[in-house]
Amino acid sequence: MLVLAGVTAMAMASCGGGGGGGTAAGDDKITMGFSQVGAESGWRTANTKSVQESAKAAGIELKFSDAQQKQENQIKAIRSFIQQRVDVIAFSPVVESGWDTVLKEAKNAKIPVILTDRAVDSPDTSLYKTFLGSDFVEEGRKAGKWLVEEFKDATGTVNIVELQGTTGSAPANDRKAGFAEVIQADPKFKVIASQTGDFTRAKGKEVMEAFLKAHPDIDVLYAHNDDMALGAIEAIEGAGKTPGKDIKIVSVDAVKDGMQALADGKINFIVECSPLLGPQLMDLAKKVVKGEQVPARVVTEETTFTQEQAKQALPSRQY
Amino acid sequence: MTRRLLWPLLVLALLLALNVAVNPAFLAVQIKDGHLYGSLVDILRFGAPLILVSLGMTLVIATGGIDLSVGSVVAISGALACLQISQDAGVFTAVAVALALSLALGVWNGFLIAGVGIQPIIATLILMVAGRGLAQLVTDGQIITVNSPSYKLIGGGYLLAVPFSVLLVLAVLAVTAFLTRRLALGMLIESVGGNAEASRLAGIRSRGIVVTVYAFAALCAGIAGLMISSNVSSADGNNAGLWIELDAILAVVIGGTSLAGGRFSLGGTVLGALIIQTLTTTVYSIGVPPETTLLFKALVVAAVCLIQSPAFRAKVFRRRGRPAAEPAPEKKAEVPA
Repeated sequence: MLVLAGVTAMAMASCGGGGGGGTAAGDDKITMGFSQVGAESGWRTANTKSVQESAKAAGIELKFSDAQQKQENQIKAIRSFIQQRVDVIAFSPVVESGWDTVLKEAKNAKIPVILTDRAVDSPDTSLYKTFLGSDFVEEGRKAGKWLVEEFKDATGTVNIVELQGTTGSAPANDRKAGFAEVIQADPKFKVIASQTGDFTRAKGKEVMEAFLKAHPDIDVLYAHNDDMALGAIEAIEGAGKTPGKDIKIVSVDAVKDGMQALADGKINFIVECSPLLGPQLMDLAKKVVKGEQVPARVVTEETTFTQEQAKQALPSRQY
Repeated sequence: MTRRLLWPLLVLALLLALNVAVNPAFLAVQIKDGHLYGSLVDILRFGAPLILVSLGMTLVIATGGIDLSVGSVVAISGALACLQISQDAGVFTAVAVALALSLALGVWNGFLIAGVGIQPIIATLILMVAGRGLAQLVTDGQIITVNSPSYKLIGGGYLLAVPFSVLLVLAVLAVTAFLTRRLALGMLIESVGGNAEASRLAGIRSRGIVVTVYAFAALCAGIAGLMISSNVSSADGNNAGLWIELDAILAVVIGGTSLAGGRFSLGGTVLGALIIQTLTTTVYSIGVPPETTLLFKALVVAAVCLIQSPAFRAKVFRRRGRPAAEPAPEKKAEVPA
């Protein structure tokens, strides 16, 4: 209670301009309430760090709350942000549905909301200003385009196996769809097997072992994330083949271990799915607080990595 | 081979036959890079952690209990070992520390159940939930990657061309079978499962037996955790051993051990675990779409449970007018399907 009172006092002080929570510049400091999903993966930890660091750099006061993967925690956090009268609320929804009530409360309090990384399925798009995050379909397309380019001179059939993410999850569905959309233009590309590896190394390895025995003639592996590709690499090596040569590998994410494998020549191409959306988020926050128009959908700035690029990028890789 | 292992064996054979029908080379085992290579080897290798966890679970269930925390122990053990190795501790030390902690967690479970008198499902639920948090704390929410050839041996290596993990399982199985079937321990466990109070009055240290089986289950889970993390040279606190407790309970039940306690079958459990792993491999090999995988597995498991129930068999065969299959001598249904 004491903390809350203190925070409210500080928020009021900064609204009044200068004083207690004052900034060096002396103007109105923006306060952002950010509710994170949790800390379930290295990707998410890097995401949190990026938001915290860029808030500091942008001079935005950040009230950070970890929902520990529970929607009720997130709703609670958003309500408390509303009570504290923050200037802008940003959050990565744990699930897609069930946000209408709490978002309406934010709207009535005239606090703009920005979604990061994950979308909500509410038909009322006036409940939030914008959605900042990766385009998973585009990631699938990028992987497909690399494949088409890599095998443009190949005459025979190109046999592809796919390691999908968790069945039914948005990244798995979209990365599969984007990839399929690009490669279906050429009939020589054939997905001969596609199974879920649950985004984990252990499952990636187990499924790839089975693929290798059921299909002796695999040319390409498309993995929906680096971890599954890393597991599959072990399976391929165990089968006496050379990953990156006998079987070309393309994956998505670009986490550090994946980039290392790419630099070592075991993976051929990685499409980045960057968690470092902090700077973009802070820019958007400043704009919506000022009342400027922002696009309803902003895609995270992302790139792709070849083996050469990975060698250069690796020393400065943050996650 | 006792009669009650007949039905699980039949199911296993049917699953293998299905695989051979789709891929005739399924049963082929060859030597590649100096070790055995083939789908059957994969089933044994990937099934090894499940067999271990199921063995521990069998004894727990035989005392009328249940252990939901084994999945979390798997995660903690792997995480702790990988953390130690990544901090340049010796592999031997890392393994010893991880197994010691697993054992301690098992004793904790046993203490809550036998000492404090909390129901097993609740007592182990505590560690199931808290343990995963502990594993994440150890790994700091990250995946710890290690690069240690000697640690790799435990879950991913080979000794004399045979997967080391399979040899490890055989050793644990042999020791367990000896302790429970050659010595009196098995009978004591069954008597505690049949009636803990009566066994105590008959002079059996029920509490000691209960603590022992939970410690054994946690130790098995700890070894399984080492195997799983060693196989991919990394520890994933979030996903390692996730839901393995449910697979283990299923393996025990398929193997003909009654959830009511009082008797158990180690051979049946091993068969049950192999059926589950074969089922998983089958899904990958014959290409069941991921969207229908769970349904496919559910149908097979339902079929296994039904075919094992003497009551069900009696009904079906009677309807077909084959009185020869009538008898159903067992008093209790083998599987409460």
